[in-house]
Amino acid sequence: MIDSDLMDLYQEIILDHGRHPRNHHEVAGATHEARGHNPLCGDNVRVQVALVDGKLLDIGFTGNGCAISQASASLMTEVLKGLTEPQARELILAIQALLKGEAPSTDPALADAIDRLMPLSGVSGFPMRVKCATLAWHTTRSALDGQMAPAKTE
Amino acid sequence: MSASPIHIPKRAFDVDAIRADFPILSRQVYGKPLVYLDSAASAQKPNAVIEAEDRVYRHSYANINRSAHALAGEVSLAYEAARGKVARFLNAKSADEIVFVRGATEAINLVAQSFVAPLLGPGDEILLTELEHHSNIVPWVMIAKDRGAKVVAVPIDEDGSVPLAGFVEHINERTKFISIAHASNVLGTILPVAEIVALAHAKNIPVLVDGCQMAPHGQIDVQALDADFYVFSGHKVYGPSGIGALYGKLAHLAAMPPYQGGGSMIDEVSFDRVTFAEPPARFEAGTPAIAQAIALGAAIDYLNHLDWALVHDHEADLLAYATERLREINTLRLFGQSADRAAIIAFEMPGIHAHDLATIVDREGVAVRAGHHCAQPLMKRLNVHATARASFGIYNKRSEVDVLVNALRRAGDLFK
Repeated sequence: MIDSDLMDLYQEIILDHGRHPRNHHEVAGATHEARGHNPLCGDNVRVQVALVDGKLLDIGFTGNGCAISQASASLMTEVLKGLTEPQARELILAIQALLKGEAPSTDPALADAIDRLMPLSGVSGFPMRVKCATLAWHTTRSALDGQMAPAKTE
Repeated sequence: MSASPIHIPKRAFDVDAIRADFPILSRQVYGKPLVYLDSAASAQKPNAVIEAEDRVYRHSYANINRSAHALAGEVSLAYEAARGKVARFLNAKSADEIVFVRGATEAINLVAQSFVAPLLGPGDEILLTELEHHSNIVPWVMIAKDRGAKVVAVPIDEDGSVPLAGFVEHINERTKFISIAHASNVLGTILPVAEIVALAHAKNIPVLVDGCQMAPHGQIDVQALDADFYVFSGHKVYGPSGIGALYGKLAHLAAMPPYQGGGSMIDEVSFDRVTFAEPPARFEAGTPAIAQAIALGAAIDYLNHLDWALVHDHEADLLAYATERLREINTLRLFGQSADRAAIIAFEMPGIHAHDLATIVDREGVAVRAGHHCAQPLMKRLNVHATARASFGIYNKRSEVDVLVNALRRAGDLFK
C-alpha cells in the first residue's frame, strides 16, 4: 500500500511529465533566458522564452532534477506557451498559492491553465518539496524580468 | 566510599538496550516506527546527553571563568572537565590542546585563518581529496583566493578509496598544508591517515584531519595518527549541536594568532594594545556553548561505557547486511565500495531521482539523506547530480535495513 499523500504527489501525469518532460529543449529565437538553481539539493534549470509582440510564443527548459521539478517545469511550459506576459506573470503568482495549498487565482481567463496545473497541488502536502516545484517558475519570472543573475530558491 | 576511581565495566553490546537510551527512537512518523538512517547528517541523543544539558540549566548554570560565586565555580569546573573528556576521547597529550568551537566547520575556518593563511603565498598549494565535504573545501578556497594560492585535490579510485600514491604524486615543494577527511560522509571510505601524515611530515607539511565521520565509529588517537589538527562535531557523536572540538598540537596553537577577538581570550586590554591568553582560551572568544560542551562530555562518557570493538563489529555487520540486501534490488547502484569503510552507504536507483526516493521511503518511516551531501566536487567525480544515503549508528538494527529495502522496492513499483 502506497499512502494517499504519496499518490497525490506522484500522480500518473506527474510521473509521465517527469519521465518525458515536454519542451525540454533550447528555444530557437529566444529573447529572454535565465538559469535557476536550488543550492540545497543541486537541482538546476535553464528557461528560455521567445517573447514576441507581448506573447510567449515559445518556451523551453533544460537542466536536471527530481520528478517534481521536471514535471513542474514541463507542465509550466505547456500552460505558459501562447499566454501574454501579464497572464504569465499572474499564473506564476497563482502557482505559488496552489503549491502552498491555498486557492489560486480565480481569473476566468486562467481557469483552464490552473486546471491543467492541478496535478501539482499534491506538492502542498510535502513542505520539503515545494521548492522543487517552484524552481522553474521563479526562473521564468527572472527570464521575463530580464535578470542575468541566476534565480535561486534560497 | 572509596576515593579511588570507580571502574565501570564495559556494557555488553545490546542494541535493544542502547535503543532504549534514545527516547526519539520510540516515536512514529506517519504512523510507522521511525527508522533513522541519517546519523551521518546528525546523530540522535541518548537520555544521558539530554539530561546533562537539562541539569546544567536546572542546577548549576552561570557564565564560566568570570564570577566567583558558587554556580560560576561549579559550571566552570564542569566545562573544563568536559574539555578533559574530549582530550581523553582523542588521546590528546593535554586538555590545553582542545579548543571548544561551534563544530568542525568553525574549527577548519579557525585553522585556515589563524594557521594556514599566514603561511600562504602566490603559487602555493593546499592539498585536499576529491571526496571532501564542503566544510573542508570552502575555507581553503577562500584563503587561497585571497593569496594567489590554489587548492589541489587528490583523486579517488573507482571504488572510492584514496590511494597513498595520489599523495605521493601531488605533494610538491609548493604544498603548504594538507587537509583530509578521516572518513567520507558520502562513501564511508576511511583514509589511510597515519600514512598520509607520515608522508606529509617527511616534507614538513602539517596536516588537518576532519574526523566528523570517524569519531562516531571508532576510537581516535591523535598521537598515533600524529595529526597536527583534528576536528569533529559534537552532534555527530550523539552530543548536542552547536559544540565541537578542535585538537591542535600545543606548539601550533601557542604560535597561532587569535581567530576572533572578544571576552575571555585576552590577557590585558587597553585601547591601543591587547595581549592574548594562552591556548585554548585564546581561541574561545565570548561566552561559549556552556551547557552543550558539558553535554558533549556526557556523550563521551556514554560512548566510553560501550566497547569500541563491539561497536565496530555491530556497525560492520549492519554495513555488510545493508550492502547485501541493497544488492538484491538489481537496478540499484551502490557508490564507494572500498574495503575499509565507515557505516555509510550511498546509492541511486536509475530512473528515480534521489529526492523522490527519499520522499517515498520517508512515508514508510525511513529517514535517509538525499542530495549532493555538501560534496559537489565528489558528485561531479561520480558523474551524478545527487545520491541517496543511508548511514548507521550504534542504535540501528538489521530489521531497519529490511524496512529500507522494502520501502525502496515500493518506490521502484511507483515509478515503474
